[in-house]
This record gives sequence, C-alpha cells and structure tokens, in this order.
Amino acid sequence: MKVGLFIPCYVDQFYPKVGIATLQLLEKFGCEVGYPANQTCCGQPMANSGYEHLTHDCNRLFVQNFADFDYIVGPSGSCVLHIKEHLHTEGEGEAKATHIRQRVYELTEFLTDVLKVENLSAHFPYRVGLHQSCHGQRGLHLSQMSELVAPAFSKPEKLLRMVDGIELVQLTRRDECCGFGGTFCVAEEAVSARMGVDRIDDHVKNGTQVLTGGDMSCLMHLEGIIRRRELPIKVMHIAEILTAN
Amino acid sequence: MNHSQAADKFNKDFDRTSWHDETLWWVRQKRDRAAFAIPEWEELRNTASQIKHNVLSNLDTYLMEFEKNAKANGVTVHWAADAHEHNQIVLSILREQGIQQIVKSKSMLTEECHLNPFLAENGVEVIDTDLGERIVQLADEPPSHIVMPCIHWKKEEIGVLFHKHLGTPEGCADPSTLTLAAREHLREKFLTRRVALTGVNFAVAETGEFVVCTNEGNADMGTHLADVHIACMGIEKIVPKRKHLGVFLRLLARSATGQPITTYSSHFAKPREGQQMHIILVDNGRSRQLGREEFRNSLKCIRCGACMNTCPVYRRSGGHSYHNAVAGPIGSILAPNLDMTKNADLPFASTLCGSCSNVCPVKINIHEQLYSWRQVLTKSGHSPTAKTIGMKAMAAVLSSPSVYRFSGKIGRLTLSNTPFVVNNSLNPWYKQREMPEPPKESFGEWYKKNRK
Repeated sequence: MKVGLFIPCYVDQFYPKVGIATLQLLEKFGCEVGYPANQTCCGQPMANSGYEHLTHDCNRLFVQNFADFDYIVGPSGSCVLHIKEHLHTEGEGEAKATHIRQRVYELTEFLTDVLKVENLSAHFPYRVGLHQSCHGQRGLHLSQMSELVAPAFSKPEKLLRMVDGIELVQLTRRDECCGFGGTFCVAEEAVSARMGVDRIDDHVKNGTQVLTGGDMSCLMHLEGIIRRRELPIKVMHIAEILTAN
Repeated sequence: MNHSQAADKFNKDFDRTSWHDETLWWVRQKRDRAAFAIPEWEELRNTASQIKHNVLSNLDTYLMEFEKNAKANGVTVHWAADAHEHNQIVLSILREQGIQQIVKSKSMLTEECHLNPFLAENGVEVIDTDLGERIVQLADEPPSHIVMPCIHWKKEEIGVLFHKHLGTPEGCADPSTLTLAAREHLREKFLTRRVALTGVNFAVAETGEFVVCTNEGNADMGTHLADVHIACMGIEKIVPKRKHLGVFLRLLARSATGQPITTYSSHFAKPREGQQMHIILVDNGRSRQLGREEFRNSLKCIRCGACMNTCPVYRRSGGHSYHNAVAGPIGSILAPNLDMTKNADLPFASTLCGSCSNVCPVKINIHEQLYSWRQVLTKSGHSPTAKTIGMKAMAAVLSSPSVYRFSGKIGRLTLSNTPFVVNNSLNPWYKQREMPEPPKESFGEWYKKNRK
C-alpha cells in the first residue's frame, strides 16, 4: 500500500515533530510511505478567505505530487477536508484530482477505517483533553457532533483509548469551536481569542494536563493563548500521543 | 462599524461577553434536550427541508393558490416588490382608516423593511407589543436576536429602563413585577388601538389561512381587539398544505427555545364580521435569492434562531454586531443578497465550524453558503485591496515549491533571531497569543536528512 504523506505547510514549517510522528505511525503499521518533497499547501488559506480562484496553482501542484499514491494521508482534518471538497484541476488532471479527493484521509480515520488499528503499544500516563476540531468532526465526520440526534462515536477517542495509562478528560462543552478559523484568527481577532480562552478554560476546569487534537492549526492558536497566559497545560498533536512510549 | 470592529467593542467587557455567551448556550442546551426527546428528530428535519424544497421550486403556484383562497376567505391580498412598497401599502391602509396609532406584534419582516422609522416619519405611532421588542423599542434599539429581541439586556438594566418609562419603583429588577408593569402598560394600548399589525410564521396555500406563533399571546390581544388586522409576510413563508404545519410547529419552538410548541399558534383564516384583514406578500430580494442557485436554500429559513444560539461567534459578538435585522449565521447569508456592499463583512464573521447547519431545523447548509458568499463577494470586488494584495502574494509563494521552502526558512529565522519583527502590535495574532516557537528545521528538511 503506497501512502502519500501530506504534511500541511504550517506543520512542515512549525511542527516537524508532528510530521515525524505521523510518518512513524504509518510506517509502524506497514505502509510504504512516500513524502513528495515539492508539496506546499492545500490552498485553504486563500479559499476560505474568498480567493478560491487563486488556488489553481496549489491544486495543480497537489495533483502532481499525490496522483500516484493509493492513499494520501495528512495529520490535519481541515486541510484534508479542503482537498476532499475543493481539489479540482482543468483538463486531464481532473481524473487524477478525483482519485485524490476519493483517497485522501485524515490520519486518525486512516488508522481506524483503513488500517483497522486495534492496538498501539503506546504509553502516556496523563490526563488528556481532546479538542474536536470542527472540520474534522463536522466536515469529515471523525466523531459525532453534539447537534445531531444520532449515536455517539469518535475515531480519535477510540485511538486514544488504546494508549496505556491515559485518562481522557470530559469537557463541559465537548465540541465547541476554538475560534482559529484560518484568517478569521486575525480578521476577527477579538472573537477568535475569546473563543480560544473559553475553550482552554474548559480544559483547565476539568483538569487537562495535555491538550490534544487532530488539527495543529487549532492547537497552534490554543497553544499561543496557553503560553501567553503561562498556563500549566502542554499541547501535543494526537500523532505524538499515539507514538508516545 | 463592520462586524469585526463591533465585536472588538463587544469583547471589551469580558464578564458581559461571558454572560451573553452562557445565556445563549443555555438556550442551545434547552434545544438539545427538546430535540433528543424526539427519536425521529433528524427525519423531521429532513421532511421539513424537503417540504420547503418543494415550496421553493413551485413558489409561484403556491402563492397564487394562497392568494385565491385568502381572497375567497374575505382577506385583502397585497403584493409588495420591495421594502418601500411594503411600507407604502401599510401607510395607505392606515391613511384610509385615518389611523395614527397601531399595535404591532413581532415581525422580523417589518424590521427588515424598517417599517417603524418609516411610519414614525409619517406621523404614525407604533407600539411593539412583544415584551422583548417593547424593551428594545423603549431603549431605541433594534432587536439583537430574532426570537429573543432583548437577550442582550440584563434584568437590572430593564428595571432602570422601566423605571424611566413605565414608572416602576427605582431599583426594582424583579422579573414578575417588571412584566406586570409591561402588561398594564400594553393593555391600555391593546384596548385603544384600532389597527393591529402582525407577522406571519406560516401561510397555508391550500386554505388561505396563516399562522402566527407567539409565547405571550400579544398577536391575539392586538388582532382580537382591532378593527383592522394587517399581516406582513415574506413570500417564502408558504407551506402547501395544512398537514405540513404538523412538521414545522414541532420543529420551530423546539429549535428556538426548547419548548415543545409555542404557547400560542394562532390560525387566522378570515376577518370576523366588521373586521378588515389584509395580507401583504413581500418579495424584497427573495426572488433574486431564489435565482441564485447556491443560495436559494437560505429561503427555507423559518426564523427559529437556533443557528444564532449555537454560533460561537454570535454568542461572543452580540446581535447588533451584524448590523442587519436578521443577525447570526442565517443573517450573514441573507444580508449580502439585500446589499452586497454594506454586508460584505458578514460572511467572514464565522469560523465555518458548521454547527449552524446541523442545528438548522430545515437543514440549510449555512456554513457552505458562507464559504460561497465569500467567493462571490471577492469576485465582485467587495474585498479590501490590501487583502487582495496579501492573498496574491501568498498564492505566489505557495505556487512555487522553492519559493515556499525559501520563504519558510526566512520566516523561521526571523522568528528565531529578530522576533520583534513579528511580535509587535501590528500583528493581530500577537495581541493575545504567542507565536509558535520556530523549530531548527522544517519537516521537509528533516525528511531529506533522515529518509532519503
């Protein structure tokens, strides 16, 4: 199984350890992983800002980089959702784009749904609070959203429960948005920061030691607030916990 | 003031923002409890959405059917192309009657049409009889929420307002005492006004009747005592058959406030003897929205306000920050249709978290429409020039792997060596957040060294 490792631009630049943990996880479960060196960005920052028409080159690059893999896997629900919903190219490339849209997976759903992971041999003896990022949850349906009258499930939580010693924290508002929202975080700075403060407060009140999630962008925003306020909470991507020993 | 500036101002009072957020979250939780008590809730939403789909696809036919049946019931039917025509029609009915004072129950359509200021300019006094609306009217403010117009007011503040306007004891903030004072104040208006204006929640094509939902019975008090009833409705309020009300009435109050049903769901079919009943069917941009394929489903809205209560941005910025009669997520997809220039900021006042679409009782894909409006507004030149320049630069960097790698390296070096270039007041991120700590190497650089 040839898996293309899709490392979003901000993870590449600011959180290489998340990329490394993702790679290690995929290799551990027997995937033949390739990392196309010429990847840049999925184009979401432009598209969500109203400039989807400026994403053609990003789309073309993405198709060039990832068309030859059986699966494309990335440690970010938001970027994966963007590719799934918006990756298109003109002419012959469209068939390849369609292949990618159908075969792109967020890391945790790839582990639970494709690799059918049941055992992780990871050890992480901390109280962990899971942040449900909206695009992963409501967009990719990685877990059930609180709005729907439907049975509960959570792919990231299922994986975390395989980790030895972990204690999962129950939050008061289990799936409220953190306020990152791409360029929203600067365009609507006041609301964005306030949403982040409230999310973190929920974790503090419920005893989170380590805050985790599947989207480093949300975590980057939350970590920025945690560090500014000098709170005793460590922020880690879920891939780092699933590879912890 | 655009949404971001208004939200910034709103957030200056940290505790009040907490209070506003928690108050509305409490309503969202009430909605959850009511919804989860109905096992077939999702099926109901689907059904409602499909009924509205049928309505929107055959709107002309249903409107004509409604008009025919309403006329047969003895109701006078008026058609208004826009807000101006609507307001003129109301005024002409009042002039015909020689009336200068009316009572009005809640109608977001008349807010959309700015009827109150129009009538005031023309010498007509309007008394809003919904308690929340009366409160904001006394305070000379527009409603901040379509279901709970004064949700941004605390009871102590209402006490001060009522002391000034209704003569309640100074310092009294007891809700029962204040409500009683409002009842007495409004009773005199109900008894003396000869024209009552109401909104319309649903109009039934099959029978020509319409339904007005209130919790206070104020629509009934007004219309039962008045010689003339004027009902104003947006043309999308039609449902084909009476039986369809069973679906919508189950969804409306549960979504809005968590009640199983509104206290009063009043059916108006024909004028009683000696009474006049008028219905004004208002377009005001609805046909235009119907013609926009991506946005037509926004016309399914039954004005329950659930998307506002669940919206983490609305809860932390308040209804007035949306500078539109309908605020929140639904307002943000309706408002650009009314005025793209004035409302270009609203589709950006969202993180696209998608909670709105999933509480919506008629399954409007609100967050997807927010995304689509962003594209439409940008392409039609409603985006700030600086933003366009920034986005073009970003696209150029991300379009070239080598430029991207180079820029990333420079960015990380800058953050490491000269952080003050980034960590300053010109960077909105830095105002309340630290920048990420730059690593020595990117993942790409690590991979090159360790895997190839």
